[in-house]
Amino acid sequence: MSIAAIKDSDTSHVEQRKNYLNASSTISSWLLTGDHKRIAFLYLLSISFFFAIGAVAIGLVRLELTSPMGQLLGSETYNKMFSAHGIVMVFFFLVPSIPATLGNFLIPLQIGARDLAFPRLNLLSWYIYILAGVLLLTAFFMGGVDTGWTFYTPFSSLYSKTQVTMVIVAVFFAGFSSIFTGLNFIVTIHKMRAPGMTWDRLPLFVWSMYATSLIMILGTPVVAITLLLVVFERVFSIGVFSPELGGDPVLFQHMFWFYSHPAVYIMVLPGMGVISDLMACFSQKRVFGYHFVAYSSLAIAALGFIVWGHHMFVASESMYQGIVFSLASFLVAIPSAIKVFNWTATMYKGNIKLQTPMLYALGFIGLFVIGGLTGLYLACIATDLHLTGTYFVVAHFHYVMVGGTLSAFLGGIHFWWPKMFGRMYPEFWGKIAAIITFVGFNLTFMPQFIVGFLGMPRRYHYYYFAPEYAPYHILSSAGASVLAVGLIMPLVYLTWSLKYGEPAGKNPFHAVGLEWTTQSPPITSNFDTIPVVTWEAYEYTDADEAEDIQGGIEMAEEMGLEK
Amino acid sequence: MRFFPYQLAPVQASEYAKQYDPLFAVITLLTIFFTVAVMSVVIFFAIKYKAGSKADRSRPEHENLRLEIAWSLPPLMLGLVIFAWGATLFVQQRRPPANALNIFVIGKQWMWHIQHPNGVREMNELHVPEGVPVKLTMISQDVIHAFYIPQFRIQYMVVPGRYTYEWFTATKPGRYYLFCAQHCGTQHSEMGGYVYVMSQPEYAAWLEHGGSTPSPTIQTMAQKGEELYTQYNCTNCHGPADTERAPSLVGIYNRPVKVDNGSVVTADDNYLRESIVNPYAHIVQGYTNTMPQYTSGAKGQLSEEQLQQMVEYIRSLTPGTLPAKGSPSSTPSNAGLPTGEIPQRLPATAATKPATAGTSQSAGAKI
Repeated sequence: MSIAAIKDSDTSHVEQRKNYLNASSTISSWLLTGDHKRIAFLYLLSISFFFAIGAVAIGLVRLELTSPMGQLLGSETYNKMFSAHGIVMVFFFLVPSIPATLGNFLIPLQIGARDLAFPRLNLLSWYIYILAGVLLLTAFFMGGVDTGWTFYTPFSSLYSKTQVTMVIVAVFFAGFSSIFTGLNFIVTIHKMRAPGMTWDRLPLFVWSMYATSLIMILGTPVVAITLLLVVFERVFSIGVFSPELGGDPVLFQHMFWFYSHPAVYIMVLPGMGVISDLMACFSQKRVFGYHFVAYSSLAIAALGFIVWGHHMFVASESMYQGIVFSLASFLVAIPSAIKVFNWTATMYKGNIKLQTPMLYALGFIGLFVIGGLTGLYLACIATDLHLTGTYFVVAHFHYVMVGGTLSAFLGGIHFWWPKMFGRMYPEFWGKIAAIITFVGFNLTFMPQFIVGFLGMPRRYHYYYFAPEYAPYHILSSAGASVLAVGLIMPLVYLTWSLKYGEPAGKNPFHAVGLEWTTQSPPITSNFDTIPVVTWEAYEYTDADEAEDIQGGIEMAEEMGLEK
Repeated sequence: MRFFPYQLAPVQASEYAKQYDPLFAVITLLTIFFTVAVMSVVIFFAIKYKAGSKADRSRPEHENLRLEIAWSLPPLMLGLVIFAWGATLFVQQRRPPANALNIFVIGKQWMWHIQHPNGVREMNELHVPEGVPVKLTMISQDVIHAFYIPQFRIQYMVVPGRYTYEWFTATKPGRYYLFCAQHCGTQHSEMGGYVYVMSQPEYAAWLEHGGSTPSPTIQTMAQKGEELYTQYNCTNCHGPADTERAPSLVGIYNRPVKVDNGSVVTADDNYLRESIVNPYAHIVQGYTNTMPQYTSGAKGQLSEEQLQQMVEYIRSLTPGTLPAKGSPSSTPSNAGLPTGEIPQRLPATAATKPATAGTSQSAGAKI
């Protein structure tokens, strides 16, 4: 998609004023922009690119696993492929996905600000992300890395003969990109809310971004330093993690998961925020239990920091430590359950429209519930003994991080697409893609629960010694190709819609929220005058005030647009 | 199951697996129940309150503290029950019975090296008797591995620089998977083999025969440890009784030891190993450290296998087994853990009287 194409398409309707996309069209106006909306767009392009890389890598892995003998790749290459998949998807797609695109785009619009607090820091964080990405790709071209995304020592520090150092430096930089983003969001949410936009009136997406940002700035430095220590041990033989050099290999796991478990919430909390907004809009109703949903985000952020030890139940942490971490892991499930129940209750007596974003939202609930509940098997310390390190874990965290976050991301992209680009996506294809994604996802990962319970360890290149695993792997790979179709479709029709989509207007979904009060795409300064907020979040008209649906929609429009 | 010809659950072949599967089943039921419940309500609402439908939409509530508590408490309670159940089972799994048969495991890229106390060695295979608790004392020579037997439902990481352990009681003769479940490099998926569970007489015969590939001379681990003990002149200081230079190691195994920082540590496998490779770490109170450090690992003076043999020897030291300083090593070569002892012992360790599956002390007393 070219910027010129977007520009052309937008000049077609004359009543529109210049928007952030066509305000200026020079390359430097994009590369030196401080506009949060343009930076969000730059991020959207970048993370899509990295998503494609991660997807190709795992495509090869899934293809390889259709045969127990592993006939396509060598073991070394296989290991590099799943490592590339994990590193790219976690650090270069999932962590920045919703925050850097939708978060960047929406936070100022939703709180009634003209931009983030530090526009240049925002641009810098994108450049750091790109620098990290270039380093990562360079490392891949120089041979890649075979440690998995977890970089467990002493394998990563002393034994792997691959490009560990360069990849770690890349991840280190990517971490700073997300620290800067988090910092920017926190300051913006604290200091730049429009008059009357109290904390109680913030959209739940902003609440979840706030909780996410807290984790980003508290957790990321820890993993950054930890990974740097791995580099020190690798390059300068400074003994930190390797017993040969007087270090402690399990210490790495503690420090790594101290970030990387909360990082799971960095990945899923923004998704929860998106879902809250979607459920409200497509039920045309206030989110049920607004305060519980908002505070449960903070509870998740806080509890998320004390559960890291459940990754080390079998890594020689003490028995008592394991039991405490197990208990904490059960507790962190409760705020997530509260969110799910509240979303469901939001639908009660709503005026539900099953448009594409809503389909993704409902898919999210289903997949996230399964992902969350299968977490119980792993939080329960006795059942974890058998399942840890198997495909069961792989299936579980894909349900949460892909079924959850990716569904929410796609739902959110569809929902705010008209706002971002002024054009509607094609509804029919949108619904088809949402359904294919949901079905393909379950086909891919449901069999992995079973094969994991049967004992198939993750990161295995061969399984010829256990032929009973084959049907599940074949089913999973078949599902992955269905999932791929579901993911490629939006890429095609969303790009198409930039030029040919129906002009969207200010508020195609009859949603409330400040972002829907500006034109689509918004002008560079977002609002002509900073709005003064006098209403609560999600003030959708109660449906009983309007007997028929048309009436309801008109009322919602009035409430949302005229205030 | 004919309607679904594919395996859905791994074979249940250990005592732990028997206790594991009901817990797994209960969590599975909860998972299915809550997933179906939530999705049914979601779909029901999506249909009933679809835009344009004639449903009662009067006075919807927006917040209800009682409702929030009502739907949070049951999952919390269920979660706590599952937690307690799991923790209880786990505590049991982390406490091997005192009479467990001790087998030593070394993981290295990319093979499992196993040694039975009577000196029989195996590679990528583990032979164990049915119905007898078996404790694996494990260490890695390089990176972190994990010793995983799916049909026993047990797994534990094998870490360099320290012993970890896991234990099981096999319940069913047969051949089971042995996997490395922690990514350890290029041939990670090839690092495995099989666990063979045999009846107790079969296992006894197998041991006596010298394992699957018998070698003509088998020394017990303790005997090899004794040779090393002599070779490295350990006896010069660590004799039958405490001396000015060093405490005696007789009977030290699993006893509390007061160390120079005032704390008390248990002289378990890890402590004994650490005292050889890093004597400075915990010096017994009242002594100054004069002991040289013995480096471990592939490039060091002592391999992990030798360290395990020395630990096993120290474990076998009971009063009277260690010669006084200077006297020739004239004790019977089967001090502590005689070669023939295990095959003779095993049939007697049937489940009816597990207590007699004796420690080396009681075995020594019988002889």
